[in-house]
Amino acid sequence: MKIGLFIPCFMNELYPKASMATLKVLENLGLDVEYPMNQTCCGQPMANSGCYLEAKELAKRFLKIFKDYDYIVAPSGSCVAMVRVNYAQFLEGEEGFEHLKNNTYELVEFLHDVIKPTTMNVSFPYRVGIHNSCHGHRELGMASMSERNFPEFSKIKKILSLVDDIEFVTLRRNDECCGFGGIFSVTQEAISVAMGIDRVNDHLNAKAEVITGIDMSCLMHMQGIIDRQKLPIKTMHIAQILAGEL
Amino acid sequence: MGHPKKASKFVANSKRMHWHDKALWFVRERRDLATHQLDEWEELRRVASEIKTHTMDRLDYYLEEFEKNATQKGLHIHWARDAKEHNEIVLNLLLTHGAKRVVKSKSMLTEECGLNPFLEKNGIEIVDTDLGERIVQLRKEAPSHIVLPAIHLKKEEVGKTFEEFLNTQKDNCDPTYLTREARKHLREKFLTADASITGVNFAIAQTGGVVVCTNEGNADLGASLPKLHIASMGIEKVIPRLEELSVFTRLLARSATGQPITTYTSHFHAPIEGGELHIVIVDNGRSDTLSNSDFKESLNCIRCGACLNTCPVYRRSGGHSYGYTIPGPIGSTLGASRDLQANRTLPFACTLCASCSNVCPSKIKLHNQLYRHRQNVVKAGLLGAKKRAILKVSSWVMKHPLLLDFVGLVVRKVVPILPRSIVYSKANIWGRGREVPKFPKKSFKELYKERKK
Amino acid sequence: MSSRETILNSIKKNRPSSTIELPNTDISHVKYRDRDKKFATTLKSVGGDAVWLEDKSVDEFVAENYRDLDVIVSTYLEFNGSTKDANELETPHLLEDVDLAVIKGEFAVAENGAVWVKNPKNHHRALYFLATRLLIVVDKNSIVDSMHEAYKLIDFSRAGYGTFISGPSKTADIEQALVIGAHGAIEVCVLFV
Repeated sequence: MKIGLFIPCFMNELYPKASMATLKVLENLGLDVEYPMNQTCCGQPMANSGCYLEAKELAKRFLKIFKDYDYIVAPSGSCVAMVRVNYAQFLEGEEGFEHLKNNTYELVEFLHDVIKPTTMNVSFPYRVGIHNSCHGHRELGMASMSERNFPEFSKIKKILSLVDDIEFVTLRRNDECCGFGGIFSVTQEAISVAMGIDRVNDHLNAKAEVITGIDMSCLMHMQGIIDRQKLPIKTMHIAQILAGEL
Repeated sequence: MGHPKKASKFVANSKRMHWHDKALWFVRERRDLATHQLDEWEELRRVASEIKTHTMDRLDYYLEEFEKNATQKGLHIHWARDAKEHNEIVLNLLLTHGAKRVVKSKSMLTEECGLNPFLEKNGIEIVDTDLGERIVQLRKEAPSHIVLPAIHLKKEEVGKTFEEFLNTQKDNCDPTYLTREARKHLREKFLTADASITGVNFAIAQTGGVVVCTNEGNADLGASLPKLHIASMGIEKVIPRLEELSVFTRLLARSATGQPITTYTSHFHAPIEGGELHIVIVDNGRSDTLSNSDFKESLNCIRCGACLNTCPVYRRSGGHSYGYTIPGPIGSTLGASRDLQANRTLPFACTLCASCSNVCPSKIKLHNQLYRHRQNVVKAGLLGAKKRAILKVSSWVMKHPLLLDFVGLVVRKVVPILPRSIVYSKANIWGRGREVPKFPKKSFKELYKERKK
Repeated sequence: MSSRETILNSIKKNRPSSTIELPNTDISHVKYRDRDKKFATTLKSVGGDAVWLEDKSVDEFVAENYRDLDVIVSTYLEFNGSTKDANELETPHLLEDVDLAVIKGEFAVAENGAVWVKNPKNHHRALYFLATRLLIVVDKNSIVDSMHEAYKLIDFSRAGYGTFISGPSKTADIEQALVIGAHGAIEVCVLFV
């Protein structure tokens, strides 16, 4: 089983630790992982801005780079949702697309659905608040949504429960958007920041010490608010917890 | 002024914004509570969606059926291509019946058509009788929500408005007191009205009648006192048979307010004794939407307002920031379909969080529609030159990995040594309310390469 | 071309050529072990009351529970305490002073506390909305689980008017504060006989 590691472009540049932790988590489970060097961006920022021509070019490029791996795994629900949900508009019918679509996974989802580990052999003795990033949550179905009437579940919580000494807090709004939203974070700066503040405060009020999640973009946005307001809480990508980084 | 500017004004008053957010979240929570009491909730949504899709695909047939059966029951059917024709039909009916004073219950369609100002210009007194609508009418404002028209107002503001127009006690803003005063004031309007206008929630093709749902009873009072009742409906309001109402009446109020049903669900298949019931069927751009598979589903909307209540952007920006008759996710897609140029910022008033699509009782994939509208904004050249250029350049860079590596390297080296005043200059919109991330020395790719050696 | 034709032609031109079938609305749905109880608690939650009349007449019930009311009107034939006959009135406006309307309900719905009111013999439907208090008399054996059963009992093959009434008129338009008694009845009691 050959896994292609898909690291979102901004994570490669800004979050090498979380990216490395992703690799480590997979390798610790004895998996064969390769990072294709010529990967850049999946095209989501362009697609979400309506620039479909540019997005299409990047989608084609992505397909070429990743289509021959058995699985494609990324530490981001959002970028994976781009591939699985939004690529169809650009790549439907292209050779290898069905395989790409069916075998691209977000890291936690990959562990939960495919690898099914029973222990992670790591400890994280902190009170953790889970941020359910929207695309992973509602497009990939990482957890039951508050809007729907289905039995409760959370792949994220299930995988995190394999970590020793971890404690979870209960939020008042379990799956509200943090307001990052890609370009929304600058085109609608005021609302974006307001939403982020509300989200961070929900975790603070629930006495979380760490906000974790599957998307670094949401965490980057909330960390930016935490740093500006000097709040007693921090964000951490879920891969870092699973890799045993304290 | 587009949505972002108006939204930032709304957000600037943090206390009030949070008050607005909480009020609507409370409604969303009540909706959750109600829907979780029904195991068949998701099944109901599926059926509703299929009924609507089927009906819209056969809309000409069902409208003709409706017309035939309504006419047989003695109701009068009128067809209006657009807002102007709708308003003229209504005015004409009022004039031929010698009606000068009109009571109207909630109808977003008449808002869309600008009926009130048109009738007033023609010497008709038109009184909105839904309490929330009456409040905004007295204040000369537009409704800020399709179910809760005055949700943007504090009771003190309502109290002041009533003091001015209804002579209520000074500084008394107790909701019960104000509601009772409005009841008296509007009771008088009902009793002296020459005609009533209502909206339509559902029109039943098989029986030729219309259904109107209210909590206040204002539509019923209006439609049961004066001899003339005019009901305005969009072409998309028709459903095939009575039995489909079993699905929609179960979904509507639960989605809207968390009530198991509206207080009154009235089925009009006749006017009052000796009266006339006229139904105006309005297109106003709707039939064009039928041809577009990306946006056709927006016609499946039953106007419950759940997507507004759940939308984190709507809750924090208020209905008036949208600048379209219907605000929130559904309004953003309808507005963009209607006039992309005028409403070009609305598809972007959204984080694509998809909560709306999952709360919608008729399963409209609202966030997907907004996503698609964005492409049309770009196609029409309406994105804005600066944004377009940035995205073009970054796409080009993304096709050249070595160049991207180089740009990344430079940024990571340069930004940390720049003085704060430059990093957080005016151009850094991100940095207004947030710190930028701490830039690492090396990219993941560099670390990965090193590790491989 | 008339507007009617223009609109219908535009729909025909724009709508898809194929479609899905109309789904079955009779889906498996909630059933209540105790429909009476469910109806009563639901009605209570929307501001109304449900009472089961035992060894007492509607007349006696009204005499005991609605004292000192000036104007009582009824469309429920077995009731004898009316102070005026609504159907005799020339216009519905004259019902404005009604303190209590005793009306007939066809059946009740447990899931939402609603009662179906459709009475072709009542000349002024405005009565349901003008009266300050409503007493809706319903056969105690006619409570159904949900709207799925309810719509099977409704027929509009002939012209007419019918309405579901679920509790008293209400509004929450001022700061989401629930106020009972907007335009219609301020009190609603469903009386099962």
